[in-house]
Amino acid sequence: MIRVRALRKHYTVYEREPGLGAAVRSLFHRRTKTVAAVDGIDFDIAPGERVGFLGPNGAGKTTTLKVLAGLLHPTSGEVAVAGYEPRRRQDGFLKQITLVLGQKQQLIWDLPPSETFEMNRAVYDVPRAAYQATLRELSELLELQELVKKPARTLSLGERMKCELAAALIHRPKVLFLDEPTIGLDVSMQAIVRSFVKRYNERNGATLLLTSHYMDDVAHLCPRVIVIDRGKLVYDGALDALVTRIRPDKRVVLRFSRAVEAGDLGGFGELLQHDGGHSVLRVRKDEVNSVVGRALATLPISDLTVEDPPLEEVMSELFSRRRPAISEGAPP
Amino acid sequence: MSVRSTLRASPTLLRVGFAGAVAYRAEMIVWVLATTMPLVMLALWTAVADGGPIGRYGRPEFIAYFLATFVVRQLTGCWVFWEMTFEVRNGTLAMRLLRPIHPLWTYAFESIAATPMRIVVCVPAAIATLLVVGRNGVTHDPVMWAAWLVSISGAWVLTLLVNFIVGSASFFVESSLKIMDLWLVFYFVLSGYLIPVDLFPPPLRHIIDWLPFRFQIGLPVEIMTGAVSGRECLVLLARQWAWVLAAFLATAATWRLGLKRFASYGG
Repeated sequence: MIRVRALRKHYTVYEREPGLGAAVRSLFHRRTKTVAAVDGIDFDIAPGERVGFLGPNGAGKTTTLKVLAGLLHPTSGEVAVAGYEPRRRQDGFLKQITLVLGQKQQLIWDLPPSETFEMNRAVYDVPRAAYQATLRELSELLELQELVKKPARTLSLGERMKCELAAALIHRPKVLFLDEPTIGLDVSMQAIVRSFVKRYNERNGATLLLTSHYMDDVAHLCPRVIVIDRGKLVYDGALDALVTRIRPDKRVVLRFSRAVEAGDLGGFGELLQHDGGHSVLRVRKDEVNSVVGRALATLPISDLTVEDPPLEEVMSELFSRRRPAISEGAPP
Repeated sequence: MSVRSTLRASPTLLRVGFAGAVAYRAEMIVWVLATTMPLVMLALWTAVADGGPIGRYGRPEFIAYFLATFVVRQLTGCWVFWEMTFEVRNGTLAMRLLRPIHPLWTYAFESIAATPMRIVVCVPAAIATLLVVGRNGVTHDPVMWAAWLVSISGAWVLTLLVNFIVGSASFFVESSLKIMDLWLVFYFVLSGYLIPVDLFPPPLRHIIDWLPFRFQIGLPVEIMTGAVSGRECLVLLARQWAWVLAAFLATAATWRLGLKRFASYGG
Protein backbone atom coordinates (compact mmCIF):
# COMPACT_ATOMS: atom_id res chain seq x y z
CA MET A 1 0.00 0.00 0.00
CA ILE A 2 2.88 2.38 0.85
CA ARG A 3 6.34 2.07 -0.65
CA VAL A 4 9.16 4.49 0.11
CA ARG A 5 12.64 4.24 -1.41
CA ALA A 6 15.62 6.51 -0.69
CA LEU A 7 13.29 9.39 0.18
CA ARG A 8 15.02 12.72 0.73
CA LYS A 9 13.49 16.07 1.51
CA HIS A 10 15.95 18.92 1.91
CA TYR A 11 15.04 22.52 2.72
CA THR A 12 17.04 25.67 2.15
CA VAL A 13 16.66 27.93 5.16
CA TYR A 14 17.93 31.44 5.81
CA GLU A 15 20.01 32.12 8.87
CA ARG A 16 20.97 35.32 10.60
CA GLU A 17 22.26 36.40 13.97
CA PRO A 18 20.06 38.57 16.21
CA GLY A 19 20.56 42.34 16.31
CA LEU A 20 20.34 45.40 14.09
CA GLY A 21 23.73 44.91 12.44
CA ALA A 22 22.84 41.39 11.37
CA ALA A 23 19.47 42.61 10.07
CA VAL A 24 21.20 45.24 7.90
CA ARG A 25 23.85 42.76 6.69
CA SER A 26 21.12 40.29 5.76
CA LEU A 27 19.70 42.87 3.35
CA PHE A 28 22.83 42.54 1.21
CA HIS A 29 23.94 39.00 1.93
CA ARG A 30 21.57 36.24 3.05
CA ARG A 31 23.25 33.20 4.54
CA THR A 32 21.54 29.96 3.63
CA LYS A 33 21.82 26.44 4.94
CA THR A 34 20.48 23.19 3.56
CA VAL A 35 18.61 21.14 6.13
CA ALA A 36 18.07 17.44 5.47
CA ALA A 37 14.63 16.98 7.06
CA VAL A 38 14.40 13.47 5.59
CA ASP A 39 17.65 11.91 4.50
CA GLY A 40 17.26 8.69 2.53
CA ILE A 41 14.67 6.48 4.21
CA ASP A 42 13.10 3.24 2.92
CA PHE A 43 10.10 1.33 4.17
CA ASP A 44 7.00 -0.56 3.02
CA ILE A 45 3.60 -0.74 4.68
CA ALA A 46 1.10 -3.45 3.76
CA PRO A 47 -2.66 -2.82 3.34
CA GLY A 48 -4.47 -2.75 6.69
CA GLU A 49 -1.29 -2.38 8.77
CA ARG A 50 -1.14 -0.01 11.75
CA VAL A 51 2.28 1.53 12.05
CA GLY A 52 3.63 4.03 14.55
CA PHE A 53 6.04 6.59 13.18
CA LEU A 54 8.28 7.73 16.01
CA GLY A 55 11.11 10.13 16.54
CA PRO A 56 12.11 13.17 18.58
CA ASN A 57 11.01 16.68 17.59
CA GLY A 58 12.50 17.65 14.24
CA ALA A 59 13.26 14.04 13.29
CA GLY A 60 11.37 14.32 9.99
CA LYS A 61 8.14 12.49 10.87
CA THR A 62 5.68 15.18 9.81
CA THR A 63 7.72 16.01 6.72
CA THR A 64 7.54 12.36 5.68
CA LEU A 65 3.78 12.27 6.25
CA LYS A 66 3.35 15.43 4.18
CA VAL A 67 5.37 13.90 1.35
CA LEU A 68 3.23 10.74 1.53
CA ALA A 69 0.07 12.86 1.42
CA GLY A 70 1.31 14.78 -1.62
CA LEU A 71 1.70 18.14 0.12
CA LEU A 72 5.46 18.31 -0.29
CA HIS A 73 7.53 17.43 -3.33
CA PRO A 74 10.42 15.13 -2.40
CA THR A 75 13.94 16.29 -3.20
CA SER A 76 14.72 12.78 -4.45
CA GLY A 77 13.62 9.19 -4.04
CA GLU A 78 10.53 7.18 -4.89
CA VAL A 79 7.20 7.25 -3.09
CA ALA A 80 4.08 5.28 -3.98
CA VAL A 81 0.81 5.27 -2.02
CA ALA A 82 -2.06 3.05 -3.20
CA GLY A 83 -0.31 2.81 -6.56
CA TYR A 84 -0.08 6.60 -7.02
CA GLU A 85 2.78 9.06 -6.94
CA PRO A 86 1.57 11.42 -4.19
CA ARG A 87 3.15 14.64 -5.50
CA ARG A 88 0.93 14.45 -8.60
CA ARG A 89 -2.14 14.73 -6.34
CA GLN A 90 -4.43 12.87 -8.73
CA ASP A 91 -8.09 12.62 -7.74
CA GLY A 92 -7.88 8.83 -7.44
CA PHE A 93 -5.11 9.26 -4.88
CA LEU A 94 -6.71 12.07 -2.88
CA LYS A 95 -9.98 10.12 -2.61
CA GLN A 96 -8.14 7.20 -0.99
CA ILE A 97 -6.16 9.05 1.65
CA THR A 98 -6.64 11.42 4.52
CA LEU A 99 -4.21 13.40 6.61
CA VAL A 100 -5.17 14.64 10.04
CA LEU A 101 -2.79 17.23 11.42
CA GLY A 102 -3.38 17.68 15.14
CA GLN A 103 -2.20 21.28 14.93
CA LYS A 104 -4.14 22.27 11.83
CA GLN A 105 -7.83 22.21 11.14
CA GLN A 106 -9.98 21.71 8.10
CA LEU A 107 -13.24 22.65 9.83
CA ILE A 108 -14.63 25.99 8.64
CA TRP A 109 -14.01 28.11 11.72
CA ASP A 110 -17.22 30.13 11.85
CA LEU A 111 -19.65 27.49 10.61
CA PRO A 112 -20.95 24.31 12.26
CA PRO A 113 -18.94 21.15 11.42
CA SER A 114 -21.98 19.82 9.53
CA GLU A 115 -21.19 22.41 6.81
CA THR A 116 -17.63 21.09 6.44
CA PHE A 117 -19.01 17.52 6.27
CA GLU A 118 -21.45 18.57 3.57
CA MET A 119 -18.73 20.34 1.61
CA ASN A 120 -16.50 17.26 1.80
CA ARG A 121 -19.41 15.11 0.61
CA ALA A 122 -19.73 17.28 -2.49
CA VAL A 123 -15.99 17.57 -3.14
CA TYR A 124 -15.31 13.85 -2.68
CA ASP A 125 -18.42 13.06 -4.72
CA VAL A 126 -19.84 10.74 -2.03
CA PRO A 127 -23.34 9.49 -2.92
CA ARG A 128 -25.99 10.92 -0.58
CA ALA A 129 -27.03 7.53 0.86
CA ALA A 130 -23.43 6.46 1.55
CA TYR A 131 -22.79 9.86 3.14
CA GLN A 132 -25.77 9.52 5.47
CA ALA A 133 -24.68 6.01 6.48
CA THR A 134 -21.08 7.10 7.14
CA LEU A 135 -22.21 10.13 9.08
CA ARG A 136 -24.53 7.99 11.25
CA GLU A 137 -21.70 5.58 11.97
CA LEU A 138 -19.17 8.33 12.75
CA SER A 139 -21.69 10.16 14.94
CA GLU A 140 -22.32 7.01 16.89
CA LEU A 141 -18.65 6.07 17.31
CA LEU A 142 -17.48 9.58 18.15
CA GLU A 143 -20.64 10.70 19.97
CA LEU A 144 -20.95 13.81 17.80
CA GLN A 145 -24.73 14.39 18.09
CA GLU A 146 -25.24 18.07 19.01
CA LEU A 147 -21.63 19.06 18.33
CA VAL A 148 -22.12 19.24 14.60
CA LYS A 149 -24.65 22.05 14.92
CA LYS A 150 -22.45 24.48 16.88
CA PRO A 151 -19.94 26.81 15.13
CA ALA A 152 -16.53 25.11 15.13
CA ARG A 153 -14.96 28.02 17.00
CA THR A 154 -17.18 27.37 20.03
CA LEU A 155 -16.14 23.71 20.41
CA SER A 156 -13.58 22.54 22.95
CA LEU A 157 -10.29 21.12 21.68
CA GLY A 158 -11.45 17.54 22.20
CA GLU A 159 -14.84 18.15 20.56
CA ARG A 160 -13.12 19.80 17.63
CA MET A 161 -10.71 16.90 17.16
CA LYS A 162 -13.63 14.46 17.09
CA CYS A 163 -15.25 16.58 14.37
CA GLU A 164 -11.91 16.86 12.53
CA LEU A 165 -11.67 13.07 12.47
CA ALA A 166 -15.22 12.77 11.18
CA ALA A 167 -14.58 15.38 8.46
CA ALA A 168 -11.43 13.54 7.43
CA LEU A 169 -13.25 10.22 7.12
CA ILE A 170 -16.46 11.22 5.29
CA HIS A 171 -15.05 9.71 2.09
CA ARG A 172 -13.97 6.48 3.86
CA PRO A 173 -10.27 6.70 2.96
CA LYS A 174 -8.18 3.55 2.69
CA VAL A 175 -5.02 5.20 4.02
CA LEU A 176 -4.94 7.29 7.19
CA PHE A 177 -2.02 9.55 7.98
CA LEU A 178 -2.51 10.81 11.51
CA ASP A 179 -0.07 13.39 12.84
CA GLU A 180 -0.44 13.92 16.58
CA PRO A 181 -4.21 13.34 16.55
CA THR A 182 -4.42 13.39 20.35
CA ILE A 183 -2.23 16.41 21.04
CA GLY A 184 -3.64 18.56 23.83
CA LEU A 185 -6.50 16.16 24.60
CA ASP A 186 -7.24 14.91 28.10
CA VAL A 187 -6.72 11.25 28.97
CA SER A 188 -10.32 10.15 28.43
CA MET A 189 -10.56 11.94 25.08
CA GLN A 190 -7.27 10.35 24.02
CA ALA A 191 -8.76 6.94 24.81
CA ILE A 192 -11.90 7.72 22.77
CA VAL A 193 -9.86 8.81 19.75
CA ARG A 194 -7.59 5.75 20.04
CA SER A 195 -10.42 3.27 20.22
CA PHE A 196 -12.21 5.02 17.34
CA VAL A 197 -9.14 4.84 15.10
CA LYS A 198 -8.68 1.16 15.92
CA ARG A 199 -12.31 0.35 15.12
CA TYR A 200 -12.13 2.27 11.87
CA ASN A 201 -9.02 0.29 10.90
CA GLU A 202 -10.66 -3.02 11.77
CA ARG A 203 -14.00 -2.28 10.10
CA ASN A 204 -12.57 -0.80 6.90
CA GLY A 205 -9.22 -2.55 6.58
CA ALA A 206 -7.59 0.88 6.37
CA THR A 207 -3.85 1.35 6.54
CA LEU A 208 -2.67 3.61 9.36
CA LEU A 209 0.53 5.57 9.79
CA LEU A 210 0.50 7.44 13.09
CA THR A 211 2.83 9.89 14.76
CA SER A 212 2.30 10.75 18.38
CA HIS A 213 4.29 11.90 21.34
CA TYR A 214 1.86 10.03 23.58
CA MET A 215 3.34 6.58 23.79
CA ASP A 216 0.01 5.17 24.94
CA ASP A 217 -1.36 5.93 21.47
CA VAL A 218 1.43 3.92 19.88
CA ALA A 219 1.29 1.09 22.41
CA HIS A 220 -2.49 0.68 21.95
CA LEU A 221 -2.63 1.06 18.19
CA CYS A 222 0.61 0.01 16.54
CA PRO A 223 2.14 -3.47 16.61
CA ARG A 224 4.89 -2.13 14.33
CA VAL A 225 6.93 1.03 14.66
CA ILE A 226 9.25 2.93 12.37
CA VAL A 227 11.69 5.17 14.19
CA ILE A 228 13.54 8.03 12.53
CA ASP A 229 16.06 10.40 13.98
CA ARG A 230 17.59 13.41 12.23
CA GLY A 231 16.00 12.30 8.97
CA LYS A 232 17.42 8.78 9.00
CA LEU A 233 15.61 5.54 9.71
CA VAL A 234 16.97 3.90 12.85
CA TYR A 235 14.46 1.12 13.52
CA ASP A 236 11.68 -0.65 11.65
CA GLY A 237 10.04 -3.61 13.29
CA ALA A 238 7.83 -4.90 16.06
CA LEU A 239 7.25 -2.61 19.00
CA ASP A 240 7.80 -5.50 21.47
CA ALA A 241 11.16 -6.32 19.91
CA LEU A 242 12.25 -2.70 20.18
CA VAL A 243 11.31 -2.58 23.86
CA THR A 244 13.15 -5.83 24.55
CA ARG A 245 16.22 -4.68 22.66
CA ILE A 246 16.51 -1.30 24.32
CA ARG A 247 15.35 -2.28 27.80
CA PRO A 248 15.91 -6.02 28.40
CA ASP A 249 14.45 -5.75 31.90
CA LYS A 250 11.02 -5.85 33.50
CA ARG A 251 9.20 -3.86 36.13
CA VAL A 252 7.97 -5.86 39.12
CA VAL A 253 5.26 -3.88 40.92
CA LEU A 254 4.56 -5.00 44.49
CA ARG A 255 1.75 -4.03 46.85
CA PHE A 256 2.09 -5.03 50.47
CA SER A 257 -0.50 -5.99 53.08
CA ARG A 258 1.66 -4.17 55.72
CA ALA A 259 4.50 -1.66 55.50
CA VAL A 260 7.87 -2.97 54.33
CA GLU A 261 11.25 -1.23 54.79
CA ALA A 262 13.25 -0.34 51.69
CA GLY A 263 16.20 -2.26 53.12
CA ASP A 264 14.17 -5.50 52.98
CA LEU A 265 13.97 -5.22 49.15
CA GLY A 266 17.69 -4.87 48.45
CA GLY A 267 18.27 -8.38 47.15
CA PHE A 268 15.34 -8.40 44.71
CA GLY A 269 16.43 -5.87 42.12
CA GLU A 270 16.99 -2.16 41.58
CA LEU A 271 14.47 -0.24 43.66
CA LEU A 272 12.89 2.46 41.47
CA GLN A 273 10.05 3.54 43.72
CA HIS A 274 9.07 2.82 47.31
CA ASP A 275 6.51 4.24 49.72
CA GLY A 276 6.14 1.50 52.34
CA GLY A 277 2.99 -0.10 50.97
CA HIS A 278 3.99 -0.06 47.30
CA SER A 279 7.29 -0.67 45.48
CA VAL A 280 8.54 -0.83 41.89
CA LEU A 281 11.63 -2.90 41.12
CA ARG A 282 13.68 -3.12 37.94
CA VAL A 283 14.61 -6.79 37.40
CA ARG A 284 16.61 -8.48 34.66
CA LYS A 285 14.33 -10.49 32.39
CA ASP A 286 16.05 -13.84 33.09
CA GLU A 287 15.72 -13.27 36.84
CA VAL A 288 12.02 -12.39 36.94
CA ASN A 289 10.78 -15.89 37.83
CA SER A 290 13.17 -16.34 40.73
CA VAL A 291 12.59 -12.80 42.06
CA VAL A 292 8.82 -13.28 41.95
CA GLY A 293 9.10 -16.63 43.71
CA ARG A 294 11.32 -15.24 46.48
CA ALA A 295 9.14 -12.16 46.91
CA LEU A 296 5.97 -14.21 47.29
CA ALA A 297 7.71 -16.48 49.79
CA THR A 298 9.32 -13.83 51.97
CA LEU A 299 7.31 -10.59 51.71
CA PRO A 300 3.72 -9.74 52.77
CA ILE A 301 2.49 -9.40 49.16
CA SER A 302 -1.13 -8.45 48.50
CA ASP A 303 -0.69 -7.86 44.77
CA LEU A 304 2.13 -8.41 42.25
CA THR A 305 2.38 -7.49 38.57
CA VAL A 306 5.18 -7.80 36.01
CA GLU A 307 5.26 -5.06 33.36
CA ASP A 308 7.36 -3.82 30.47
CA PRO A 309 9.24 -0.57 31.10
CA PRO A 310 7.21 2.52 30.07
CA LEU A 311 7.55 3.22 26.35
CA GLU A 312 8.55 6.82 27.12
CA GLU A 313 11.68 5.52 28.87
CA VAL A 314 12.46 3.18 26.00
CA MET A 315 12.21 6.01 23.48
CA SER A 316 14.19 8.38 25.62
CA GLU A 317 16.99 5.83 25.92
CA LEU A 318 16.81 5.04 22.21
CA PHE A 319 17.28 8.67 21.20
CA SER A 320 20.01 9.32 23.75
CA ARG A 321 22.15 6.60 22.21
CA ARG A 322 24.24 7.19 19.14
CA ARG A 323 22.60 5.87 15.96
CA PRO A 324 25.31 3.32 15.08
CA ALA A 325 24.82 1.70 18.47
CA ILE A 326 21.29 0.60 17.54
CA SER A 327 22.04 -0.52 14.03
CA GLU A 328 20.92 -4.02 14.96
CA GLY A 329 17.39 -2.68 14.57
CA ALA A 330 18.15 -1.66 11.03
CA PRO A 331 15.40 -1.62 8.45
CA PRO A 332 14.64 -4.82 6.53
CA MET B 1 -11.23 16.87 -10.03
CA SER B 2 -12.71 17.05 -13.50
CA VAL B 3 -14.62 20.15 -14.58
CA ARG B 4 -17.83 18.07 -14.54
CA SER B 5 -17.28 16.95 -10.95
CA THR B 6 -16.37 20.49 -9.96
CA LEU B 7 -19.59 21.80 -11.49
CA ARG B 8 -21.55 19.05 -9.72
CA ALA B 9 -20.01 20.13 -6.40
CA SER B 10 -20.50 23.84 -7.15
CA PRO B 11 -24.02 24.32 -5.66
CA THR B 12 -22.81 22.96 -2.31
CA LEU B 13 -19.59 24.99 -2.44
CA LEU B 14 -21.58 28.14 -3.23
CA ARG B 15 -24.10 27.44 -0.48
CA VAL B 16 -21.37 26.84 2.12
CA GLY B 17 -19.47 29.87 0.81
CA PHE B 18 -22.60 32.00 1.18
CA ALA B 19 -23.08 30.73 4.74
CA GLY B 20 -19.46 31.82 5.39
CA ALA B 21 -20.12 35.26 3.88
CA VAL B 22 -23.19 35.66 6.09
CA ALA B 23 -21.09 34.67 9.13
CA TYR B 24 -18.67 37.47 8.21
CA ARG B 25 -21.44 40.00 7.47
CA ALA B 26 -20.03 42.63 9.82
CA GLU B 27 -16.65 42.43 8.11
CA MET B 28 -18.41 42.60 4.75
CA ILE B 29 -20.19 45.82 5.72
CA VAL B 30 -16.89 47.34 6.84
CA TRP B 31 -15.38 46.29 3.50
CA VAL B 32 -18.24 47.97 1.65
CA LEU B 33 -17.66 51.15 3.66
CA ALA B 34 -13.99 50.93 2.69
CA THR B 35 -14.90 50.92 -1.00
CA THR B 36 -16.98 54.08 -1.02
CA MET B 37 -14.19 56.08 -2.69
CA PRO B 38 -16.30 56.45 -5.88
CA LEU B 39 -18.92 58.27 -3.80
CA VAL B 40 -16.22 60.60 -2.46
CA MET B 41 -14.98 61.17 -6.02
CA LEU B 42 -18.57 61.77 -7.09
CA ALA B 43 -18.84 64.66 -4.61
CA LEU B 44 -15.49 66.10 -5.70
CA TRP B 45 -16.01 65.87 -9.44
CA THR B 46 -19.59 67.16 -9.38
CA ALA B 47 -18.37 70.20 -7.42
CA VAL B 48 -15.72 70.76 -10.09
CA ALA B 49 -18.33 70.28 -12.84
CA ASP B 50 -20.47 73.05 -11.34
CA GLY B 51 -17.97 75.43 -12.94
CA GLY B 52 -18.68 73.94 -16.35
CA PRO B 53 -18.41 70.51 -18.03
CA ILE B 54 -15.07 68.73 -18.12
CA GLY B 55 -14.68 66.87 -21.37
CA ARG B 56 -17.97 65.13 -21.94
CA TYR B 57 -18.75 65.14 -18.21
CA GLY B 58 -21.26 67.54 -16.70
CA ARG B 59 -22.80 67.06 -13.25
CA PRO B 60 -25.28 64.27 -14.26
CA GLU B 61 -22.59 62.38 -16.22
CA PHE B 62 -20.26 62.39 -13.21
CA ILE B 63 -23.08 61.16 -10.95
CA ALA B 64 -23.93 58.34 -13.35
CA TYR B 65 -20.25 57.44 -13.84
CA PHE B 66 -19.30 57.20 -10.17
CA LEU B 67 -22.49 55.44 -9.05
CA ALA B 68 -21.83 52.90 -11.83
CA THR B 69 -18.22 52.66 -10.64
CA PHE B 70 -19.45 51.88 -7.14
CA VAL B 71 -21.72 49.11 -8.48
CA VAL B 72 -18.97 47.59 -10.66
CA ARG B 73 -16.48 47.73 -7.78
CA GLN B 74 -18.91 45.84 -5.54
CA LEU B 75 -19.52 43.18 -8.18
CA THR B 76 -15.85 42.64 -9.04
CA GLY B 77 -14.33 43.06 -5.57
CA CYS B 78 -12.08 40.18 -4.57
CA TRP B 79 -9.55 39.78 -1.75
CA VAL B 80 -8.53 36.17 -2.37
CA PHE B 81 -4.82 37.13 -2.47
CA TRP B 82 -4.97 38.02 1.21
CA GLU B 83 -6.31 34.61 2.18
CA MET B 84 -3.87 32.81 -0.12
CA THR B 85 -0.89 34.69 1.32
CA PHE B 86 -2.03 33.89 4.85
CA GLU B 87 -2.59 30.21 4.08
CA VAL B 88 0.74 29.79 2.29
CA ARG B 89 2.61 31.46 5.14
CA ASN B 90 1.06 29.46 7.97
CA GLY B 91 0.69 26.23 6.02
CA THR B 92 -3.12 25.91 6.17
CA LEU B 93 -3.17 25.74 2.37
CA ALA B 94 -2.35 22.07 3.07
CA MET B 95 -5.98 21.43 4.01
CA ARG B 96 -7.17 22.69 0.60
CA LEU B 97 -4.51 20.68 -1.22
CA LEU B 98 -5.73 17.46 0.40
CA ARG B 99 -9.15 17.74 -1.24
CA PRO B 100 -9.76 16.44 -4.77
CA ILE B 101 -10.65 19.86 -6.14
CA HIS B 102 -8.21 22.47 -7.34
CA PRO B 103 -7.68 25.02 -4.52
CA LEU B 104 -8.11 27.90 -6.97
CA TRP B 105 -11.65 26.66 -7.68
CA THR B 106 -12.44 26.73 -3.96
CA TYR B 107 -11.13 30.29 -3.64
CA ALA B 108 -13.17 31.28 -6.70
CA PHE B 109 -16.37 29.76 -5.29
CA GLU B 110 -15.85 31.49 -1.96
CA SER B 111 -15.45 34.78 -3.79
CA ILE B 112 -18.55 34.27 -5.97
CA ALA B 113 -20.57 33.16 -2.94
CA ALA B 114 -20.15 36.60 -1.37
CA THR B 115 -21.73 38.30 -4.41
CA PRO B 116 -25.37 38.16 -3.19
CA MET B 117 -24.34 40.10 -0.09
CA ARG B 118 -22.69 42.68 -2.32
CA ILE B 119 -25.70 42.91 -4.61
CA VAL B 120 -27.73 43.92 -1.58
CA VAL B 121 -25.42 46.93 -1.34
CA CYS B 122 -25.44 47.60 -5.09
CA VAL B 123 -29.20 47.76 -5.54
CA PRO B 124 -29.68 51.06 -3.63
CA ALA B 125 -26.79 52.61 -5.61
CA ALA B 126 -28.33 51.45 -8.89
CA ILE B 127 -31.75 52.81 -7.89
CA ALA B 128 -30.12 56.09 -6.83
CA THR B 129 -28.48 56.35 -10.26
CA LEU B 130 -31.83 56.02 -11.99
CA LEU B 131 -33.58 58.43 -9.63
CA VAL B 132 -30.90 61.14 -9.75
CA VAL B 133 -29.87 61.10 -13.39
CA GLY B 134 -32.91 59.45 -14.94
CA ARG B 135 -32.97 56.69 -17.52
CA ASN B 136 -30.57 58.66 -19.72
CA GLY B 137 -27.76 58.06 -17.26
CA VAL B 138 -27.37 54.49 -18.49
CA THR B 139 -27.42 52.86 -21.89
CA HIS B 140 -30.79 51.84 -23.38
CA ASP B 141 -29.38 49.45 -25.95
CA PRO B 142 -30.01 45.76 -25.05
CA VAL B 143 -26.96 44.77 -27.13
CA MET B 144 -24.81 47.04 -24.97
CA TRP B 145 -26.27 45.46 -21.84
CA ALA B 146 -25.22 42.08 -23.24
CA ALA B 147 -21.77 43.58 -23.86
CA TRP B 148 -21.84 44.87 -20.28
CA LEU B 149 -22.44 41.33 -19.01
CA VAL B 150 -19.41 40.16 -20.99
CA SER B 151 -17.31 43.04 -19.67
CA ILE B 152 -18.35 42.63 -16.02
CA SER B 153 -17.57 38.90 -16.26
CA GLY B 154 -14.19 39.72 -17.80
CA ALA B 155 -13.51 42.30 -15.10
CA TRP B 156 -14.36 39.82 -12.35
CA VAL B 157 -12.27 37.00 -13.84
CA LEU B 158 -9.33 39.35 -14.49
CA THR B 159 -9.45 40.67 -10.93
CA LEU B 160 -9.66 37.11 -9.56
CA LEU B 161 -6.70 35.98 -11.67
CA VAL B 162 -4.62 38.98 -10.56
CA ASN B 163 -5.43 37.93 -7.00
CA PHE B 164 -4.29 34.38 -7.79
CA ILE B 165 -1.01 35.61 -9.29
CA VAL B 166 -0.25 37.85 -6.33
CA GLY B 167 -1.35 35.11 -3.89
CA SER B 168 0.90 32.58 -5.67
CA ALA B 169 3.80 35.03 -5.40
CA SER B 170 3.79 34.29 -1.68
CA PHE B 171 5.34 30.90 -2.52
CA PHE B 172 8.42 32.87 -3.62
CA VAL B 173 8.57 35.87 -1.27
CA GLU B 174 7.83 35.99 2.44
CA SER B 175 4.70 38.05 1.94
CA SER B 176 3.10 39.20 -1.28
CA LEU B 177 0.81 41.76 0.34
CA LYS B 178 3.06 44.63 -0.75
CA ILE B 179 2.93 43.41 -4.34
CA MET B 180 -0.84 43.91 -4.24
CA ASP B 181 -0.34 47.34 -2.67
CA LEU B 182 1.81 48.26 -5.66
CA TRP B 183 -0.79 46.87 -8.09
CA LEU B 184 -3.53 48.83 -6.34
CA VAL B 185 -1.64 52.11 -6.76
CA PHE B 186 -1.81 51.70 -10.55
CA TYR B 187 -5.30 50.20 -10.35
CA PHE B 188 -6.75 53.19 -8.48
CA VAL B 189 -5.18 55.74 -10.82
CA LEU B 190 -5.37 54.04 -14.22
CA SER B 191 -8.55 51.93 -14.03
CA GLY B 192 -11.10 54.74 -14.07
CA TYR B 193 -11.85 54.20 -10.39
CA LEU B 194 -10.91 57.74 -9.33
CA ILE B 195 -10.72 59.55 -12.67
CA PRO B 196 -12.67 58.62 -15.82
CA VAL B 197 -10.13 57.27 -18.30
CA ASP B 198 -11.24 59.64 -21.07
CA LEU B 199 -10.14 62.64 -18.97
CA PHE B 200 -6.49 61.59 -19.19
CA PRO B 201 -4.31 63.39 -21.78
CA PRO B 202 -4.34 61.49 -25.11
CA PRO B 203 -0.75 60.08 -24.94
CA LEU B 204 -1.34 58.67 -21.46
CA ARG B 205 -4.78 57.40 -22.44
CA HIS B 206 -3.21 55.52 -25.35
CA ILE B 207 -0.95 53.71 -22.87
CA ILE B 208 -3.88 53.03 -20.51
CA ASP B 209 -5.79 51.40 -23.37
CA TRP B 210 -3.11 48.68 -23.51
CA LEU B 211 -2.76 48.14 -19.75
CA PRO B 212 -5.02 45.74 -17.79
CA PHE B 213 -6.33 48.17 -15.15
CA ARG B 214 -9.07 49.78 -17.24
CA PHE B 215 -10.52 46.35 -17.95
CA GLN B 216 -11.01 45.70 -14.23
CA ILE B 217 -13.34 48.69 -13.68
CA GLY B 218 -13.42 51.32 -16.42
CA LEU B 219 -14.71 49.29 -19.34
CA PRO B 220 -17.90 47.93 -17.67
CA VAL B 221 -18.63 51.43 -16.30
CA GLU B 222 -18.14 53.02 -19.72
CA ILE B 223 -20.41 50.46 -21.40
CA MET B 224 -23.04 50.85 -18.67
CA THR B 225 -23.08 54.66 -19.00
CA GLY B 226 -23.03 54.61 -22.78
CA ALA B 227 -19.54 56.15 -23.07
CA VAL B 228 -18.37 53.44 -25.46
CA SER B 229 -20.31 51.52 -28.08
CA GLY B 230 -20.06 49.83 -31.45
CA ARG B 231 -16.69 48.85 -32.87
CA GLU B 232 -14.75 50.58 -30.08
CA CYS B 233 -16.59 48.44 -27.54
CA LEU B 234 -15.76 45.23 -29.42
CA VAL B 235 -12.07 46.16 -29.65
CA LEU B 236 -11.94 46.92 -25.93
CA LEU B 237 -13.75 43.67 -25.05
CA ALA B 238 -11.26 41.74 -27.19
CA ARG B 239 -8.38 43.43 -25.36
CA GLN B 240 -10.01 42.71 -22.00
CA TRP B 241 -10.30 38.99 -22.74
CA ALA B 242 -6.78 38.91 -24.14
CA TRP B 243 -5.68 40.16 -20.72
CA VAL B 244 -7.85 37.46 -19.10
CA LEU B 245 -6.05 34.83 -21.19
CA ALA B 246 -2.63 36.26 -20.34
CA ALA B 247 -3.52 36.37 -16.63
CA PHE B 248 -4.80 32.79 -16.82
CA LEU B 249 -1.49 31.59 -18.28
CA ALA B 250 0.47 33.58 -15.69
CA THR B 251 -1.69 32.10 -12.91
CA ALA B 252 -1.09 28.55 -14.14
CA ALA B 253 2.67 29.14 -14.30
CA THR B 254 3.08 30.86 -10.91
CA TRP B 255 0.84 28.33 -9.16
CA ARG B 256 2.61 25.30 -10.65
CA LEU B 257 6.09 26.63 -9.96
CA GLY B 258 5.11 27.96 -6.56
CA LEU B 259 3.52 24.74 -5.35
CA LYS B 260 6.85 22.94 -5.69
CA ARG B 261 8.22 25.40 -3.14
CA PHE B 262 5.33 25.00 -0.69
CA ALA B 263 6.84 24.10 2.67
CA SER B 264 3.57 23.52 4.58
CA TYR B 265 4.98 25.11 7.72
CA GLY B 266 3.46 24.88 11.14
CA GLY B 267 3.09 21.22 12.09
